[in-house]
Amino acid sequence: MSAVSDYRRREESVTMSSESAGMGETHELLTLNIGPHHPATHGVLRLIATLEGEVVRDIKPIIGYVHTGIEKTAEQKPYWKVIPVVERMDYLSYYFNAMAYCGAVETLLGIEVPPRAQYLRVLHLELNRIMSHLVWLGTSALDLGAMSMFWYCFRERETILDLFEMSSGQRMHTRYFQVGGVIEDIPVGFAQKVRQFIDAMPSRADQYADLLEKNEILLSRLRDTCVLDEQTLLGLGVTGPLLRAAGNPWDLRKAAPYSSYDHFDFKIPVGTVGDNYDRFRVRHAELYESTKIIGQALDGLPEGPHIVADRKVALPPRHELATSMEALIHHFKLVTEGFRVPEGECYYPIECPRGELGCFVRSDGSAKPARVHMRDPSFINLQAAAPMVKDAYIADLIATLAMVDPVLGGVDR
Amino acid sequence: MEVTRQEAGEFRSRQLMARDMLRGTLEGDDLDRYVEQAVMTTTLDRAVAWAQGNSIYPLTFGLACCAIEMMSIVAARLDIARFGFEAFRASPRQADMIILSGRVSMKMAPVVRRIYDQMLEPKFAISMGACCSSMGVFNNYALIPSDKFLPIDVHVPGCPPRPEALAHGILKLRDKVQFHERDGWRERYGAVGTEETVGA
Repeated sequence: MSAVSDYRRREESVTMSSESAGMGETHELLTLNIGPHHPATHGVLRLIATLEGEVVRDIKPIIGYVHTGIEKTAEQKPYWKVIPVVERMDYLSYYFNAMAYCGAVETLLGIEVPPRAQYLRVLHLELNRIMSHLVWLGTSALDLGAMSMFWYCFRERETILDLFEMSSGQRMHTRYFQVGGVIEDIPVGFAQKVRQFIDAMPSRADQYADLLEKNEILLSRLRDTCVLDEQTLLGLGVTGPLLRAAGNPWDLRKAAPYSSYDHFDFKIPVGTVGDNYDRFRVRHAELYESTKIIGQALDGLPEGPHIVADRKVALPPRHELATSMEALIHHFKLVTEGFRVPEGECYYPIECPRGELGCFVRSDGSAKPARVHMRDPSFINLQAAAPMVKDAYIADLIATLAMVDPVLGGVDR
Repeated sequence: MEVTRQEAGEFRSRQLMARDMLRGTLEGDDLDRYVEQAVMTTTLDRAVAWAQGNSIYPLTFGLACCAIEMMSIVAARLDIARFGFEAFRASPRQADMIILSGRVSMKMAPVVRRIYDQMLEPKFAISMGACCSSMGVFNNYALIPSDKFLPIDVHVPGCPPRPEALAHGILKLRDKVQFHERDGWRERYGAVGTEETVGA
């Protein structure tokens, strides 16, 4: 470990951490099982930790406790019925899952999504990012003993879920994104509610910072703990806030803009040291940036259709069914068989709250995908947990796990 | 409890009546009516059930999407503490109720069963969400409905259920505990005689 804080020096002065295993007859390594039912593992993650005294020498994550067979199920459903299934994968970023999948299918179909749909997607993606970070902040602070953060974060989360409910009718797993656009235009009054929210959000985020950043306990537990350098992170394929905390400004919204992200003016928060504190700060700063993007998306929301006019892909509007035989046939074909996608394969990466979420879809020309694979950032980032916590205290393992923010539904799929 | 002037007066008059009764002035129908008014009868079982229903500790146990909505019931909007169910316990030995919040995979099912077995009687189980009750939208090789391996008291439908729906399920469970004949899971699942006795 490069930088050692005062707190750490004080701690080390009273422990016996330097003596390695097997040196004497009184010391041995302890293997400790953590999980799968453990409140600090953020789901059903199981860790086999090898401890020497209070110091973690190695951890082995054991996954698969929420394996749901989502990728296999996706192969058995028509393209448009896959959307609700992949949404339930990483259950904190359902809009992102749907976006990656829809983007991949749209690329295969060669569809140009209408600008209004792209802006509506950005609006909901960024609301979702804030929501995901709020759940992360609330539960992580809970792990570190800051109880009241949970209530503040969930207060704002409920506001966002109300917005989701208003636009789509569901709080979670909304299935708002459709191949070719979004399923419905936003209702009257939605923009006003979103504006109320983004007006309030920056001051709320300031409150979180006031509560946490002046807290000696939290700072001592986060600062200079479990540092991992940029090269190691890159080698492990880590993306998202974890990589940005180490100083690498890699963000697919800037690096490879999708869904008209290049129209918006926002910054990429980066860290300097790459410790747990930077991981916390980067996500916290992203709350502000996402709020900015939402405001710009609302201001510049173009007029026009919310979904492509291609009746072979998108459902015809309800009123046409009563008057047009052709619309009825299209509706029937879409609902029964679905649409066919030309042969080919496509990888569509987007920036999810946890990093690069990519969706790989291979089509064999039928109405069902031949293969759907998700590159979920939680799964890849979890690899970095072991090098991070090596030779750290077991209390830091809990803090690091909170800052890695794995969502086990995404890890196991 | 606040005692109004009228209640206080009534109480005083009952005391006087009791004194009269001791003197032998109350007899026959008067005595019966007095006993009806003044004495509330209940069984010990029902009194215990009333207490149990109001002090259920849920287990801190999240599986998937529904776990996020389960966390929401503790949060400010719904605030399940109003009904006394906010004391989540991380140890199964301190918990009375397990909320299966999410999909139960084949790999997780034995773990869930083991956690349930570690809980002390009386214990209750709520199956939250479609996956847990019927494998939901997935319905594939990887999942198992909770009824196959666990005696469930209340099923809460939804994908995921709203926090209000879960709160409704919890209150249903409270009603069940307080006002219905206790039909233990051993009776319902034909497992009478499987109790483990200590020191046998």
